Amino acid sequence: MFWQQLVNGLTLGSTYSLVALGYTLIMGVLNIINMAHGEIFMIGAFVGLYLVTYLKVNIFVAMAGAMLASALLGCLMEMLALRPLRRRAVSHLAPLISTIGVSIFLESLALNLFGPQSQAFPTELAAVQFELGPIRITLVQIIILGISFGLMFILRFWLAKTRVGKAIRTTAENIETANLLGINTNRIIFLTVALASGLGGVAGVLVGLSFNAVEPTMGLSMGLKGLAVLILGGMGNITGAMLGGLILGIAEVFTVAYGASSYRDAVAFGMIILILFIRPQGLFGKRQGGRF
Amino acid sequence: MITMKKGLIKWFSGMTIGALLLTTAGCGGGAAPTANSGSQGGEAAKIGVISYLTGGGAAYGQAIKEGLDLAKEEINAQGKVKVDLIYEDSRGDKTEAINAINKLINKDNVVGIIGPTLSGEMFAAGPIADQAGVPIMGTSTTAEGIPALGNFVFRNALPEFLAVPQAVEKAISTYNLKKVAVMYSNNNDWAVSGYKTIESTLKKNGIEIVATETFADKDTDYSAQLTKIASLKPDAVMVSSLYQEASLVLKKAREIGITVPFVGTNGFNSPELIKIAGPAADGAIVASPWFPGKQDEKVQKFIADYKAKYNNKVPDQFAAQAYDALYIYASALEQAGSTTDRQKLRDSIAAIKGFQGVTGKFAFDEKREPVMSATVLIIKDGQFTELK
Repeated sequence: MFWQQLVNGLTLGSTYSLVALGYTLIMGVLNIINMAHGEIFMIGAFVGLYLVTYLKVNIFVAMAGAMLASALLGCLMEMLALRPLRRRAVSHLAPLISTIGVSIFLESLALNLFGPQSQAFPTELAAVQFELGPIRITLVQIIILGISFGLMFILRFWLAKTRVGKAIRTTAENIETANLLGINTNRIIFLTVALASGLGGVAGVLVGLSFNAVEPTMGLSMGLKGLAVLILGGMGNITGAMLGGLILGIAEVFTVAYGASSYRDAVAFGMIILILFIRPQGLFGKRQGGRF
Repeated sequence: MITMKKGLIKWFSGMTIGALLLTTAGCGGGAAPTANSGSQGGEAAKIGVISYLTGGGAAYGQAIKEGLDLAKEEINAQGKVKVDLIYEDSRGDKTEAINAINKLINKDNVVGIIGPTLSGEMFAAGPIADQAGVPIMGTSTTAEGIPALGNFVFRNALPEFLAVPQAVEKAISTYNLKKVAVMYSNNNDWAVSGYKTIESTLKKNGIEIVATETFADKDTDYSAQLTKIASLKPDAVMVSSLYQEASLVLKKAREIGITVPFVGTNGFNSPELIKIAGPAADGAIVASPWFPGKQDEKVQKFIADYKAKYNNKVPDQFAAQAYDALYIYASALEQAGSTTDRQKLRDSIAAIKGFQGVTGKFAFDEKREPVMSATVLIIKDGQFTELK
């Protein structure tokens, strides 16, 4: 049972990681918490679901579609809800509030467009499963693990090695300096928000696939978990988001497996508080600057 | 800094004044005169409906609304009494249910209320109706202790403590159960009450409970709980939750290879369960006062009318109970001879005996609990059939 539960924990955790990556990217560059991330994730899940059910595309095309749609949505949010505020140099809390506004708007929109009912991906995919000794793993779980780890490593590499990645890191360090260095920071911010939202969209499809429930309010609880991971791993730290998500997922699953399921969230979040006592900057966060 | 502080103070005092205004408005509303103007024969009786029309349990609210609308059409066509329904959406939320009930009682001046959908909502809203002296009847509130909320609180939903033991005991005898696992949603009053009934029935029958696992409403990942249960190899799993969670539990359970029967509380009793869980729903057992396969003229006519009105949809238990509820109101209104007197209406509802509805013979006992019987059903090939 131990190994099976570990697989369960890793699958759950890797979806948390993907959601947290989106938060971390925006946190790192814009220094704000994007409260609408959970809802962008939800819209991504719906776009994927509709592509699979109505256009009968395969799941990878659906993921690409969801990524594109969420990225576009992210850009719209940046243009309409974030950029106007940044220009006016308003209080630190204003972008936070405006993203809350976006999240409520998107949730209501989804309620009207897609209806309140929870919907599921076609079941053929879930039916495929493999038995490896004591472990029973479904194709969906393998896809989730593969895609989320793949995306996380690509992202890390891309940020560390490419020119655009360097530009993003510079912008994260200090927007004014980046401007002086001739980086088009507006474009970089645009790119970051699109990337973060795109990742959120993919995460939405993956979560919808594994848990079979796509509904307009799914973004809220996932968003909260993602936020917790963001803080656990260290604000704006990619490794932190990756490992933090896995830790939270495994902690939740093991609380159920070897403890009592009623304490699932209490233990997981108690552990986060404990870790923050010891490392207030988060597991991988640095005390000063130096993001990604 | 100073300006910010000032701003904050202003903001806070604004909020406080706003909140004060709201509460006083609420009090004023509470003292509003009850509807007691002389009854005028032709006027329609205004009945308020609080239902779970949007959100995760909207299929319940939708079914209830469809059942009520059909009954309303028929009652108004028969012409003995005229009824008018005013719908309020509570979204399955206690606070929303309280807001809705205050509006219905004080602003719309309804003579009686049907709803809310969830027992938890009824525990919040029922006492308000009771205090205002407005009869309220739950059509789907099956938790223990609902009519005990007050003299004006009724239900025509078969309570969980009568229905669940029937399903559990039938499963024990049919499948010769020795050890079972139990799962329930621990943030839903009604599901917890259902769990307690399951637990006490199992204990009474000397069945071993190998695991008790919980989850929360709207959870989506049950793999940890079910992996644990699978390793304990129970003869059956008993689940107390709404259909949404129940169907995801069933799906996951079948996926990881748990093939034993699942016994559920009222949440299992919805076609939505079959729709969401698909083939995974086979082997799910539930006790229901409503069985569409029943050879009864009234039942079959109701199904035919419902199908004709709603696009060939087969009515579920919630539609059936709501349909009966409005007929109970109509016959009580007729007895009371007034479309506005809340006290008279309450007394004639309480006196209902030998009412024949689509959910069978119906009466209220002296505690305002329904007296009715249930059939134990099992899902086979995507259909509810009687478990024999």
